[in-house]
Amino acid sequence: MSTATLRRRPLVKTILEGATDDLLVIAGLGSSNWDVTEAGDRPLNMPLWGAMGATVAMGLGLAIAQPTKRVLVITGDGDMLMGMGSLATVAAQQPHNLAICVLDNEKFGETGNQATHTSARNQGPTDSGAGADLSVIARGCGIADSATIRGEAEVAQLVADLRRKSGPVFRLVKVMVEKLEFVMPPQDGAHLKDRFRQALLGQA
Amino acid sequence: MNAPTAPDWRDDIFAVLQAHEIKQVYHVPDAGHSRLIESCQRSNAMRTLALTTEEEGVALAAGAWLGGQRSVLLMQSSGVGNTINLMGLTKTMRLPLLTLITMRGDYGEFNSWQYPMGQGTPKVLEAMGVLLYSVDTAEEVKATVDAAARSAFNGGQAVAVLLRQKLIGIKNFGKK
Ligand SMILES: Cc1ncc(C[n+]2csc(CCOP(=O)(O)OP(=O)(O)O)c2C)c(N)n1
Repeated sequence: MSTATLRRRPLVKTILEGATDDLLVIAGLGSSNWDVTEAGDRPLNMPLWGAMGATVAMGLGLAIAQPTKRVLVITGDGDMLMGMGSLATVAAQQPHNLAICVLDNEKFGETGNQATHTSARNQGPTDSGAGADLSVIARGCGIADSATIRGEAEVAQLVADLRRKSGPVFRLVKVMVEKLEFVMPPQDGAHLKDRFRQALLGQA
Repeated sequence: MNAPTAPDWRDDIFAVLQAHEIKQVYHVPDAGHSRLIESCQRSNAMRTLALTTEEEGVALAAGAWLGGQRSVLLMQSSGVGNTINLMGLTKTMRLPLLTLITMRGDYGEFNSWQYPMGQGTPKVLEAMGVLLYSVDTAEEVKATVDAAARSAFNGGQAVAVLLRQKLIGIKNFGKK
């Protein structure tokens, strides 16, 4: 079992606290979407209900289009594993305004807590992964500023790095496996897109 | 340095992309697109991104549009198969998308491995609700890509232009 102690909900709330219009957030499908929404639904959040594997690439397209805004991608390990190649695509572009925060519970949480490849090996027939380390993978892809966060003492620095440090920044945060309430944003993708563009560009 | 070559339909496409203020160009290369990719790479008005897989291009296009920029995805027909689930984003988010697809496994293709996805390409795109424009001759390229860009960015549609193998020429790797 994972030895993680950080709880994702209060953590995400802390990361997003005091968000201004300069912060654009893309949330991956599953728990990350609900976490970001509990912190406060806002037009400049683009919470995904599908498009697994696409979260980081979407953040990159946005970061390039809006170089004066901060773009923060918050997603799960399952989503990140599916879109692993996009870390190299990010590294090739070196967007200074993009930060990626992967909440690693070592599970496909949304679909019943099956082990992902980030789970340790040899944990029994239903719980074994590959021990894949996404923070090492990100660095190997060319994102030099990549680190793993495990404890409460590191959270203040984590928030500062995600919100302000020159990017691309990659942070893998080991979080607990928890059963949490679903806190859902609007589901209509066209509406989410239109309200985002309206808030950012003044036109849908 | 390459010797200067006569203008061709790839230059027509580049001119159309400039006219429509395309800012981000995504590609997994195909030989048929190489000249266009190089023109985009040399442009100061465009940012050119190489991808690991074509589906990234659809996600990037969504992000670019959220941020107010137009983009184009350049790929070969085999790449279309890699995009299918994410093509759904164009419906759920009602996104414009412009993609230019060099066809393989289409017309006189020598490589049998290209046929399944080449032949499946129009069906797959249609199934995902992407509009299809098709070009067989160099003369039609400019007007067709221009119309596709208008449908995408003015009309809010997902549009694919199939650059057919008849147009691109049959690659034969020295086979007769
Ligand atoms: C292409 C695709 N495959 C499978 C699914 C089903 N699915 C929905 S959420 C999810 C797991 C997400 O896992 P992770 O990103 O780790 O999120 P968390 O554990 O934080 O919920 C899966 C497999 C899907 N939506 N799309």
